Amino acid sequence: MKELKIFGIVVAFTLVLYWGVEPFAHSQMHKHVEGDNLQYSDLKPLKVKGDAKAGEAKAAACVGCHSIKVKNMPAPMDAMASSAAYGVNPPDLSLAGALLDEKFFAHFLMDPAGVTKSKHFAMPPSAFSEQDAADIVAYFKSIAPKEVTAKDAFTFACSRCHADRYDHMTQLGEEPKTKANIKTNVDLDKLDFEKNLGTYQNKLADYMGKLPPDLSIIIRARSEHFLHTFIENPQSQLPGTAMPRVGLNKEGMEKVMAYLEKTGDPSKPLREQTGPKVLLFFLVFTALAFLWKKSMWKGHH
Amino acid sequence: MAHFDENAKPFSHKWLNERLAIDTLQRVLSTEYWIPKNINFLWAMGMVLAATFGLLLISGIFLLMYYQPNVNTAFDSVNYTIMSEVGYGWLWRHIHGVGASVVFLIIYIHMFTGIYYGSYKRGRELIWLSGMLLFITFSAEAFSGYMLPWGQMSYWAGMVITNLFSGGSLHADGLVEWIRGDYVPGQAFLNRFFMLHVLLMPLIIIGLIVLHFGTLRIPHVNNQDGEDFDFEEAARLYKEGKIKESKVIPFKPVFLSKDVFVMGIYFIFFFYLVFYHFEFAMDPVNFDPANPLKTPTHIYPEWYFLWSYEILRPFPTDPGLVAFGFAQVIFLLLPFLDRSPNVAPASKRGLFKYWFWALLVDMIVLTFMGKLPPEGAWSVIGLIAALFFFALWIALPIITSKEKKL
Repeated sequence: MKELKIFGIVVAFTLVLYWGVEPFAHSQMHKHVEGDNLQYSDLKPLKVKGDAKAGEAKAAACVGCHSIKVKNMPAPMDAMASSAAYGVNPPDLSLAGALLDEKFFAHFLMDPAGVTKSKHFAMPPSAFSEQDAADIVAYFKSIAPKEVTAKDAFTFACSRCHADRYDHMTQLGEEPKTKANIKTNVDLDKLDFEKNLGTYQNKLADYMGKLPPDLSIIIRARSEHFLHTFIENPQSQLPGTAMPRVGLNKEGMEKVMAYLEKTGDPSKPLREQTGPKVLLFFLVFTALAFLWKKSMWKGHH
Repeated sequence: MAHFDENAKPFSHKWLNERLAIDTLQRVLSTEYWIPKNINFLWAMGMVLAATFGLLLISGIFLLMYYQPNVNTAFDSVNYTIMSEVGYGWLWRHIHGVGASVVFLIIYIHMFTGIYYGSYKRGRELIWLSGMLLFITFSAEAFSGYMLPWGQMSYWAGMVITNLFSGGSLHADGLVEWIRGDYVPGQAFLNRFFMLHVLLMPLIIIGLIVLHFGTLRIPHVNNQDGEDFDFEEAARLYKEGKIKESKVIPFKPVFLSKDVFVMGIYFIFFFYLVFYHFEFAMDPVNFDPANPLKTPTHIYPEWYFLWSYEILRPFPTDPGLVAFGFAQVIFLLLPFLDRSPNVAPASKRGLFKYWFWALLVDMIVLTFMGKLPPEGAWSVIGLIAALFFFALWIALPIITSKEKKL
């Protein structure tokens, strides 16, 4: 009994110590930001209903800068030329209807810089009435594919600014597979790609103020709550940041987070599978050790 | 010249015994290594520490096979190669990271057990001193290991801690450069901390562990009541079969059976942390690669260094360094500052009882404040706790010399 009491004291002090250096310290070091549950409450609800048919014609202007691959519409300029012109490569719009919040998307078309809360935003206002905006949104919703992969979501929402080197993703898309000259070990294709990437990154850094960070293991560097609230509204966590609000809907957020988890914490499935087995082993070990101890100490007291 | 039986089969028991005295070794080191019977589970912490060191060593060997001590590749060799390309690399890393943190929890429990029961006096001074040397070398081992992933916290903790060697107003910047091998932490810095972590420190630690065990043999392990009894008499009773009357038990198998049971419970806790709660041991800030151009908002050491960090921080530079130096060595002097001849649990030692709990609580308060940003009430509490720490150590010789002899 006395031994259990001592054990209780040791456990209690350990828990207090843990509470102080982990949950308590972190609650004091980082301000708590309440999320908005992807409601984008600062934007007014739409008063009109969009018409996809009408939207199709109005969206024709989009391909002046953007590609829409599901409709086989290429962008007029490649990523390099676009970045030289705008500072960043505009996204392919195939998934916009699937991943963006409807209300956010419509308001964004009317006032990109204001809605994204970034000081300067390369895209000019592209809808001049709420009806136009709602129609374009309805059009993009109608062409969006039913199934979107986590990687596609990341590519659409993040990858024109952020790399993910642990998944071989760069701002110019997946790193190409190239071959070195066997006699000289010089890989000209790779060097060309690296030069392009470097040029793109320099332009991007000029546009954003700095090169946005690689997101390979951001899931372990920031808490999930931080990432959620930050993606939802970057200014809430980092006032003055150049990162625009991207306006993801629930599906978009889930997919992006799933991708970040996959590249940043790839051992999770195996960890969850191995953990119970190891703990079971030590439970049995401890039970047997207890029986051994009992038999060894027999007659000692 | 010893006698060697020509007919003994090579490697047979007799053959080995004639050459290595294995029977004597076995007797002296285990079956007739007498441990008091009057003990509790806290007496198993030594073996728990040995087991944790074993886990750190084994996991470290596996990590060493893939880790690259290069400022350009170190971060990715840890976070990508080991975490996703090496089979079960994540498991070794999490065992190593959790082990490095938990080993200090057990060291502190082990230390405070020794303080509580007075196990540093009456012939046991060297046990305490060798143990404290182990604490210091484990600290160096932990710090050098923390540099290796070359994340933001590695870099900036390395910067801050090596800066301490400039000695404040002494401006011994040359010494700091000599330690770093550069003006700032860089390749030379990473390489030498890698060497310290995987070679020099482990060698010293292993040597000190042997010494620590050696210092135990003659004064024997203390017991729950600090009772001083005749071990030879108790051993004689035990060997005569009067195990109930005898005050001792043999290390093997009786003491060991309890150690293994306690270790079992410890391993359940340890592997629960490894699989389900490893984040506490791996600071998120260190998952951002080292960036000399961007100082993290909060720089703090791992939890086990926080109390001494908080003794440094509330003071101006020079007094702070002196205070910090004091905190690093003062525990070594414990056997000489405690003037009481009593070897007994703190609960029976009058004022010392309050001294013990005050020290424990004060160090926990220092630990909390060491992590919090040094602002407002936190820095006031930190300052008071640091001053109280000194007051406690100054009071120790006074209150213990007035202690009644039991």
